[in-house]
Amino acid sequence: MAGHASKQIDSKTLWGGKISPFSASYGKLMMWFFLVSDALTFSGLLVAYGFTRHATTEAWPIGEETFHALPLLDGDYPLIYVALMTFILIVSSVTMVLAVEAGHRMDKKGVVKWMIATIIGGIFFLGSQAWEWSHFIHGSEFGKVELSDGSLAIVHADEFGEIENFKVTVAGHHHKVGDVITEDLMHEYQHAAAAGHIHDGKITLHDGSIAEIAKKPNVNMELKIKSDGTNYKIGDKIHGKEAAEMYEEVINSGELGRVTYGANLQQNEYGPQQYGQFFFFITGFHGFHVFSGVIINIIIMLGAAMGVYHKRGHYEMIEKTGLYWHFVDLVWVFVFTFFYLV
Amino acid sequence: MLRDDVIEYSLDAHHSEEEGKKIRKKIYFVTVILTVVTIVEVAVGALAGRSISTGITWELIKWGYVALTLVKAGYIVMVFMHLGDERKGLKAVILVPYFIFILYLIFILLWEGLAVNEALSTYMV
Repeated sequence: MAGHASKQIDSKTLWGGKISPFSASYGKLMMWFFLVSDALTFSGLLVAYGFTRHATTEAWPIGEETFHALPLLDGDYPLIYVALMTFILIVSSVTMVLAVEAGHRMDKKGVVKWMIATIIGGIFFLGSQAWEWSHFIHGSEFGKVELSDGSLAIVHADEFGEIENFKVTVAGHHHKVGDVITEDLMHEYQHAAAAGHIHDGKITLHDGSIAEIAKKPNVNMELKIKSDGTNYKIGDKIHGKEAAEMYEEVINSGELGRVTYGANLQQNEYGPQQYGQFFFFITGFHGFHVFSGVIINIIIMLGAAMGVYHKRGHYEMIEKTGLYWHFVDLVWVFVFTFFYLV
Repeated sequence: MLRDDVIEYSLDAHHSEEEGKKIRKKIYFVTVILTVVTIVEVAVGALAGRSISTGITWELIKWGYVALTLVKAGYIVMVFMHLGDERKGLKAVILVPYFIFILYLIFILLWEGLAVNEALSTYMV
């Protein structure tokens, strides 16, 4: 495609000095070298992930069990959201290569049009990633539980039984006896469960008051053991009534740290500690590349719109930006496979 | 830059309207491939992923994923990044050192990971 690179030149002329033996300009060559070094960085991260993954085979979270939510919709949609993100990035890569092609035809309007499309695609991807992070950090309604035998289990259920209200039985600084609290229930509930402030169906609220919890039962619960205890081993599954009872026992234990919701750098509800750290670092590092890519694309698009490259006689700048943008897509293809699929 | 004795660089890579049409056709073709491969990957993940498949089935699916990923990566690098149109020397300079290093790294770290796993499951019960 790049025309002259495929022209036959005998090797004596090619390597005889004065010309680039690769028929590539300095800028393009340097962009390629940068991308090779960046590829090594990402490979290092992904291989480190692979190391940890192989060292902790069974306990590692499964992609389609961890990422199965869509914004604004209830229910189970395994991997659909990530697939959508991948598709957005592929499409923005296509619009970028179309901008490069338009540049080769000296079609200024075409370049600007496709660059704008690429920028929009990049912004959509970043937005999707922000939602994904937010969802990952907040976690599910159930969290991960430490069972009484010391094993750790992740929880799945068809439905989280709705919390109806808290009825205050012992007054605190703020609430009086008989108050019925109907606001911010989920937040209070999870906070109290994680801190061990729920005991025998009673919740100790922020202000020190104690209230009775009115909550519908969870529907169709399943516990999957992710770390060995004295009774249960990794890979065991507990269903139905037994699972629901064990879950309630943990929630109502009044002990600190038996339930973990969502993820941070110290702990997460999906699996081993390193899982969250790798997730934040790898997708974060990639997301930062996308962010820089969008900024670079905006600058180059403005240059193209002002006719800088047209005056120069060639649109190689679009090609170089394009290389970076495609590279970002390339990395995501690997992150998608190794983080979400296998 | 415009010297008689200097053979032009990629800077002057221009093509005509007809060539453009051909190139665009190729781009759309690759888009379809990438999309179809992604859809297949997600469908397999949702219907027969690691939570469902075990043993040899999962091993096959896993290696299938790796193969499909390399197909996607190949199309992106060779067509979208135009590496397929560059000189043989440039291709070698970019790909050979990378692959030598990375294949070694993958081998050594995954092997070590399995060894750590075995050590942990043997001595940390």
